[in-house]
Amino acid sequence: MARNVSPGRKIGTTVLAWFVGLVIFFPILWTFLTSFKTELQAISIPPVFVGFDWTLENYQTIQTQSNYLHFMMNSIYLSLGSTALGLIVAVPAAWAMAFSPTKRTKDVLLWMLSTKMLPAVGVLIPVYLMFIRFGLLDSRLGLIVVLFLINLPIIVWMLYTYFKEIPGEILEAARMDGANLRKEITQVLAPMAVPGIASTVLLNVILSWNEAFWTLNLTTSNAAPLTAFIASFSSPQGNFYAKLSAASMLAIAPILIVGWFSQKQLVRGLTFGAVK
Amino acid sequence: MGQIHLEKVRKAFGDVVIIPELDLQIEDGEFVVFVGPSGCGKSTLLRLIAGLEDVTGGKIVIDGKDATELPPAKRGLAMVFQSYALYPHMSVRKNIAFPLKMAGMDKAEIDKRVDYAAKTLNLDNYIDRRPAQLSGGQRQRVAIGRAIVREPEAFLFDEPLSNLDAALRVGMRLEISELHQRLKTTMVYVTHDQVEAMTMADKIVVLRAGNIEQVGSPLELYTAPRNTFVAGFIGSPKMNLIGGAEAGKFNAATMGIRPEHVRLSTSEGAWKGTVKVSEHLGSDTFLHVESPVHDEPLTVRAGGEFPVHSGDVVYLTPEPDKVHRFDANGLAIR
Ligand SMILES: Nc1ncnc2c1ncn2[C@@H]1O[C@H](COP(=O)(O)OP(=O)(O)O)[C@@H](O)[C@H]1O
Ligand SMILES: [Mg+2]
Repeated sequence: MARNVSPGRKIGTTVLAWFVGLVIFFPILWTFLTSFKTELQAISIPPVFVGFDWTLENYQTIQTQSNYLHFMMNSIYLSLGSTALGLIVAVPAAWAMAFSPTKRTKDVLLWMLSTKMLPAVGVLIPVYLMFIRFGLLDSRLGLIVVLFLINLPIIVWMLYTYFKEIPGEILEAARMDGANLRKEITQVLAPMAVPGIASTVLLNVILSWNEAFWTLNLTTSNAAPLTAFIASFSSPQGNFYAKLSAASMLAIAPILIVGWFSQKQLVRGLTFGAVK
Repeated sequence: MGQIHLEKVRKAFGDVVIIPELDLQIEDGEFVVFVGPSGCGKSTLLRLIAGLEDVTGGKIVIDGKDATELPPAKRGLAMVFQSYALYPHMSVRKNIAFPLKMAGMDKAEIDKRVDYAAKTLNLDNYIDRRPAQLSGGQRQRVAIGRAIVREPEAFLFDEPLSNLDAALRVGMRLEISELHQRLKTTMVYVTHDQVEAMTMADKIVVLRAGNIEQVGSPLELYTAPRNTFVAGFIGSPKMNLIGGAEAGKFNAATMGIRPEHVRLSTSEGAWKGTVKVSEHLGSDTFLHVESPVHDEPLTVRAGGEFPVHSGDVVYLTPEPDKVHRFDANGLAIR
């Protein structure tokens, strides 16, 4: 719907949007700048904005001090693994709830979401003990399972809202047109659901990538992902802000790049249902 | 062949009975319209025939074969949905070709049939577009094209015109009627619009709360409605249904007279009344007249122009041989 918006109001909202955008973006920008400063410049008061001696020293130090690639590979394993597992469970679950709902479907969905309201620390001890018992501490498999479980409600919800948007009549039309169940799913359902599944995958990869509570508590080195890599630079000898920033930049860079290239898909995914 | 017989068909969703028990015979080549108010179970009945819903009881026989347990694809019926239900990710060509592809037809034959259907439906210029790039009327045509290419035993239409604007609706109504005349295939058509029913049907089935109130040709329903419900539902504007003393004069609990069967006069007549609203269309004049014989305004139609306006006094006289009489249960007295 085209609405008539006065030019003044348009400028106002544009300025506001930019302002909010910059406020949200500023910490990342600051981290980026700090990662190129020396440790002294990083804590200098007043802070320097861009007028410092740009250096790559922090990045070099980090490379020699720790194995970035090892952490990154773990991050990739964890986020892809938990997402794949999530899809295997969530796609059928969401299909069932969207296309043959029962009286209890809404309750189940709400209950699933309610588990996200529980503070994670609340179950840390039991999960920790289980991990010890099953020998899963600091293992990728254990962490994949945990990440899969904590993100499952969100995946199911997202897919459910997507599938809900697919009109049942289209599937019925396919049935009338002679499609069997397999053809109905592969030729009609799947193509229509691809955008939804894609944005769900994307969001879940990002969530798993950034997850820090469980990854920090359940790993030491072997399965430690980039979140642990960052944390390792806030060391007992005091904080080295410049190196910490460089580590952070290295940790978020891959996901930032992925997110940048798929932002259309992401926005569509997150607002699906609201805008048609 | 496109014979559909419903025998003691029942449908309930959980405890809610939508169709109590219903028998109906649809003969080969007929254009049958299910008409009734919203929520009376028309779509449910159509979906039972299609096989998209399972019957709770009873039998559905298509072409002499028990089809009650057959999946939709095996019943040889094609359906046009109210929402058109086109495949959004496929071009018009692929949409129309889909049922043929599912039937495993070879490519050359599919192309031939799709081209032919597209041409007859004036879709040849849009054949490579996606449904989202089409107007409502064009989408409707694609849906019909998808239904006709497979040459089904019968077509099922569920309120196919209700999403179109008024002008298009009249055009599409004609097109569907022509299609029926050309193909001579059985068509079962659901609508809540009695004008659509009257103009298109060979046979109208009037439904109320899952029950068949009357089955008959449009003119049978118009001239001899079986009860007050059918009398009030068929015909536009609605029949005036008057109870009390006036009906008593006709030995009935309720008397009915259609707006077009009331003689109008400014000087004399059976019922005196005051014009509340007058609608002058040139071709017709519709008057809503307040009169002591009935607590609601009576509707009267005069052919051509009848020059009275709000507040004027008019006299109404029902044409005696056009009066419908109903007993206390609302059933017609013959
Ligand atoms: N899947 C369903 N579950 C429960 N009730 C339904 C279902 N489908 C339809 N109904 C109910 O059945 C009644 C008839 O619906 P429908 O056949 O769509 O009416 P119509 O097409 O005549 O407007 C309505 O009261 C509707 O709420
Ligand atoms: Mg309906």
